[in-house]
Amino acid sequence: MAAPLTLLLIVAVTIRAALYRSSLADLISERVEVVSPLTAWKRVVEGLALLDLGVSPYSGDVFHETPLIIYLFHFLVDYAEITFMLADVITAVALYLTVKEYNKQVFRKQKFALEADRYPLDCLELIRSPKEMFYIPLKVAMFYLLNPFTILSCVAKSTCGLNNAVLSLFILSTVKGNVLLSAIFLSLATYQSIYPLTLCASALLYLMQRQYIPVNFRRASFWWFIVQYAFMYLGSLFVIVCLSFFLLGSWDFLPSVYGFILSVPDLTPNIGLFWYFFAEMFEHFRLFFLCVFQINVFFYTIPLSIKLKEHPVFLIFMQLAVISIFKSYPTVGDIALYMAFLPVWSHLHRFLRNIFLVCCVLLTCSALFPVLWHLWIYAGSANSNFYYAITLLFNVAQILLVSDYFYAFLRREHHLCYGLYLKRKDGSEATLVLK
Amino acid sequence: MAPHGCSYSALLLIICSVSVFIVTDSQDTTLSGGHHAAAVEDNPQAATEAAEKTSEQPAVEERRWEATEVEEATLHEAAADKQDTPAPETEAPSPVPQPKDDFQEELVIRPLHSGDIYASFQFRTLWETDFMSGNKVSHYRLFPKSLGQVISKFSVRELHISFTQGYWRTMQWGQPFQPAPPGAELWVWFQDSVTDVDGTWKELTNVLSGIFCASLNFIDSTNTVQPSASFKPLGIGNVTDHRFLRYATLPREIVCTENLTPWKKLLPCGSKAGLTVLLKSEKLFHSSFHSQAVHIRPVCQDWQCKTTSWELRQTLNVVFDLHTSGQGKREWSLFKMFSRTLTEACPLASSSKIYIDITDDPQGELFELSPATPLLSQAMVLGDRRTFSVYDLTQPVTFGTVRSLNPLIRWKSSEGDMLRPLLHAERYVAGYGLQTGEIHTLMYNNHPYRSFPVLLLDTVPWYLRLYIHTLTVTSKGKDNKPSYIHYQPSKDRLRPHLLEMLVQLPPNSVTEVTVQFERALLKWTEYTPDPNHGFYVGSSVISSLVPSIVAMDTNITMDRPLFSSFFPCKEESSFFVRVYTEPLLVNLPTPDFSMPYNVICLTCTVVAVGYGSLYNLLTRSFQIEEPSPGLAKRLANIIRRMRGVPPL
Repeated sequence: MAAPLTLLLIVAVTIRAALYRSSLADLISERVEVVSPLTAWKRVVEGLALLDLGVSPYSGDVFHETPLIIYLFHFLVDYAEITFMLADVITAVALYLTVKEYNKQVFRKQKFALEADRYPLDCLELIRSPKEMFYIPLKVAMFYLLNPFTILSCVAKSTCGLNNAVLSLFILSTVKGNVLLSAIFLSLATYQSIYPLTLCASALLYLMQRQYIPVNFRRASFWWFIVQYAFMYLGSLFVIVCLSFFLLGSWDFLPSVYGFILSVPDLTPNIGLFWYFFAEMFEHFRLFFLCVFQINVFFYTIPLSIKLKEHPVFLIFMQLAVISIFKSYPTVGDIALYMAFLPVWSHLHRFLRNIFLVCCVLLTCSALFPVLWHLWIYAGSANSNFYYAITLLFNVAQILLVSDYFYAFLRREHHLCYGLYLKRKDGSEATLVLK
Repeated sequence: MAPHGCSYSALLLIICSVSVFIVTDSQDTTLSGGHHAAAVEDNPQAATEAAEKTSEQPAVEERRWEATEVEEATLHEAAADKQDTPAPETEAPSPVPQPKDDFQEELVIRPLHSGDIYASFQFRTLWETDFMSGNKVSHYRLFPKSLGQVISKFSVRELHISFTQGYWRTMQWGQPFQPAPPGAELWVWFQDSVTDVDGTWKELTNVLSGIFCASLNFIDSTNTVQPSASFKPLGIGNVTDHRFLRYATLPREIVCTENLTPWKKLLPCGSKAGLTVLLKSEKLFHSSFHSQAVHIRPVCQDWQCKTTSWELRQTLNVVFDLHTSGQGKREWSLFKMFSRTLTEACPLASSSKIYIDITDDPQGELFELSPATPLLSQAMVLGDRRTFSVYDLTQPVTFGTVRSLNPLIRWKSSEGDMLRPLLHAERYVAGYGLQTGEIHTLMYNNHPYRSFPVLLLDTVPWYLRLYIHTLTVTSKGKDNKPSYIHYQPSKDRLRPHLLEMLVQLPPNSVTEVTVQFERALLKWTEYTPDPNHGFYVGSSVISSLVPSIVAMDTNITMDRPLFSSFFPCKEESSFFVRVYTEPLLVNLPTPDFSMPYNVICLTCTVVAVGYGSLYNLLTRSFQIEEPSPGLAKRLANIIRRMRGVPPL
C-alpha cells in the first residue's frame, strides 16, 4: 500500500510544483473562491511587511492571521511553496492513516456483530467486505490531493491548507486514541479559526467509545473523562493564546482575528452566504442576523451528537461539512477537506437519492464562479446578483449533498437493524418513510 | 363795531407778517449752517476723489503727512458718507494710544505663458492680542469675531482651510503662490493644553462647516489623519508633536458662491470697498481655477519676537482663461476679468496694492501695460527673482483723471518660454476591473544637476485596501529606497491609510511610486447616492525644499558683481514648495441596491433548507409506510369512534 501512496504523493506534488511555476499561480491567488480575507497569502506577506516596518500587523484591517502563523512564516517565507505542499501531503497522509484505522475498527465491529448474529439475514448485501474497503484509504488521499479545490487552494498558498493539516492531524490522533494529542491539535485548530470548537463533541464521543466509557450522565467516569479532556483542551488553548501574546506583546490579535471572524466586517465576495446578505442587510437588523447566522454554525452540534453518538467519525464528517457551508469566510479548501471523506461512505451509495443532480450542480457552479465573476467585475455586463445566485446554488447543492449522505447513513443503520427487504403487515413490499 | 373789527384784523395781519419774517430768518440761519458743514466735509472727499482741483493737492498731502490717524478717520467717514449710511462716532481722534490691529490688502496678477491670467488676492489682518489668556476677548475691530471665538473656544494654534474648484496645472502655469488641493482641505494645530483632540476636532469641523457654508461636517475619523512630518506649524511656536495636528481633505467638495459670501464677510471692508469689489461670483466661478483660503497663525510682532500677534490671511486665487473667451485676442484688463474697475482702496487698509508681474518682459517687448506706473518692486517668489509693477491704491494719483483704475495688458507677441517648474507631480490609477488596482504617483525633478528630498503624503480611504508590501519606488529604472516611511494601516469604517515617506529625487528624473490596492465591497448604505460615479481619493501632498532657480544659474553672471557670485547664497539656495497631485476617482464594485428584501429572503431560504433538511433527519425516524385509508373509511371510523364501536 505504501507504493501507490508514494506515487500519488509524487504526482500531487508535481502538479503543484508545475502550477507554482506557471503564470496561473498569480491568477489563482487572486480568486475570491480560493482565498478569503482570513487566508489570503497576500495578506500574510502584508503582515510580514508591516512587522518589518515596525507597525503591528493587527493595527490595520488587512491582516487577520493568528500570531503563530505570522511567526511561522517569518522564518519560512522563502519556503512557502514547500510549506504548503508539505501541509497538503501531511493532510493526505493523516487522512490515509485515519481511514485505515477507522476501517479496521469498522471491520472488527462488523465481525463481532456478525458473530453475535445481530444483523438480520437479508442484510448480507450491506455487509462490507475487506476487498472493497482495501482501497478506501488510498481513495481518500487521492480525493484530497487530486481534488481541484485542494490544488487551487495550495497553489494560491491559502493558509486554509495549514488549517486542514491541523484538522486532519486532530482526526488522526483522535482515531488513534491519543487523548493528549487530540486535545492539542483541536485547540490548535480552534485557535486558527473558532469553528472547529464544535468538533470537541465528536472527539469526546469517539474517545469514550474507544475506552469503553458509556455515555451516561450519571456515571462518574463519563464526567471524569470530560473534565480530563476539557482540561487538556483548554490548557493547551490557554498556552497557545498566551504564547501568541508573548510573541506579540499585545492582545490586539484577539479582536483582529476572532472579532473579524465573528462580526464579518469584510464583505469581499466569497462562496459563502454571509457577504451579500450582510452587504444588503438593514443596519438595525445586522446584529440580530449576525447572531442567527453564527449560532447556526454551532447549533447542529448537540442534536447531531445525540443522533450520531454511536458513529463519531461520521459525526466529524457532518460537522466539517456544516462548518464549511455555514462559516463566515468559506473557501474551496474547506470544502475539499470534507469531500475527502466521501470515499469512506462509498457503501452508502445505494441509498443516496439525488447524488447525480448534486454532482452536476456542484460541477456547473464551480465552472460558473469564474465566468460570472468576470462578467460582474471585469466585463461589467452582469451585476452582483449573478455571482450571488451562483453562491446560493452552490450552497444548496452542498446542503443537499450532506443531508443526502446523512439520510443514507441513517437508512443503512435502520436496515442493519430491521432488515433490508421490509414487508408490510399484509406481506407486500414496504417503502420506508421518515416520520 | 366795524372800525374796531378792522383794527383787530390789522393787528392780526401784523402779527402774521412778523411771525413769517422770524420763521424765514431762522430758516436762513439753519441753511447757512448746513452750507458751512458741507464746506467742512468737502476736504476729505477731495482727498479720496483727487484730480480735478489740483490746487488742493498740496494741502491734502500736507494733511497726510501730519496725522495719519485723523486722516484715516476722515477717510472712513467719507467712505461711510458715500454709502449713505450714518457716519459713525469716530469723527474726533480717539484717545486710544495705538490701534493694535492692522489690515493690508493686495492683488498680484501674473500673465501665464499659456495665455491665462492668474490673479491672487491676499488680505492680511494682524491683531496683537491673546486669545488664550483667561480674560475673554470681546472687543473686535478688524479681526472677524466669528473666527476669534473659534480660536479661543477650541484652543487653536493654527488653522488652515482652503476651498478649491479646479486643478492647478503646474506644468502650464508654474507654481502657485498658495497651493491647494481640489475640494476642501483643513489642517489644524491645536494648543498642547487640549486634552481631547479628536473631540475638539470634531466640534471645530462642525463649527467651521457652519461658518463657511461647506460640508466640512463630513470630516470624521475616516478621512482625518495625523501626518508626522508633512505639515509643520507655519507660525511661531515649536510644538511639533503631531498628536495635536489634524489633517483632512474632502476632494469631492464643490466650491461655489455660498462659500465665497461667508469668506468675504470676514473681511473688514466686506465687499463694499477696496480690492474686494472685484470679487463678484459670476466672474470668479467662470474660471479655470478658483481657490479661496483662510490661514490663521500666531506671528511675531517685531524682529525680537517680544510680542506675538495673530495673523489672519485670507487668500483667493483665480485663473482666467481669457485667451479662448476673448476670441484669440491676447489682452486683458481688470474689467475683462472681474467686470469691475477699482475706484478706491479699502479705507481700513494700511496698505492696498496691485502687483503685476512683468518679469518676463523687462524691456516691454512682449506686452504693454497701461496705465504705466513708475513704481517697480522686486521680490523673491518661490526661489525666483520677480519684478512687479506696483499700483498703490492709497495714492489718489493711481486712479488718474477718470477716477478709476483698470490696468490693461496687450500682448505684442506670443513668444516666450516658461521655465519648467522644478518639482511637479501627477498621479493615476492603473489596472482594470473592480477587484484590484494600482496607484501610480510620478514625481518629476526638473533640476538639471541637483537632487533634493521630498516628503510624500498619501491618504487613502479604507475601502481601498493598500498592500504596503507592493510599494515600489523607482527612479531612472533603479530602485530608490525611501529613507523614511511612516505607514498607518487603515481600520475598516474607522481610519484611512496614511503613508508618508521621504524620497530623494535624483536630478532630472522621474520617480515613480506604485502601490497596489484591493477594492472593498461596502454595505449598501455606505455608498454615495451615485455609486457608479466612483469614490474620490484625496490628492497626495508633496512637500519639499527645492533648490532655487536663482541659485541655479551660477554661470549667468549678468548683472551681479563678481565678488557676489562664487558661492551660492545660502538664503536663496532653496525654498519651500508644496505640490498637490490630482485627486483620484476610483470605482468600487456595487451590490444591487434594489435587492435587500430579495437577498434577505433568498439567503434565509437557503439557510432554512439546510436547517430543515437536517432537522427532518434528526427528529424523525424511519417507519414503514402504511397506505393511508380512503376518505370514506376515515369518516366511517370517526363516526364509529363517536359511537364507541371499534374502527374498521
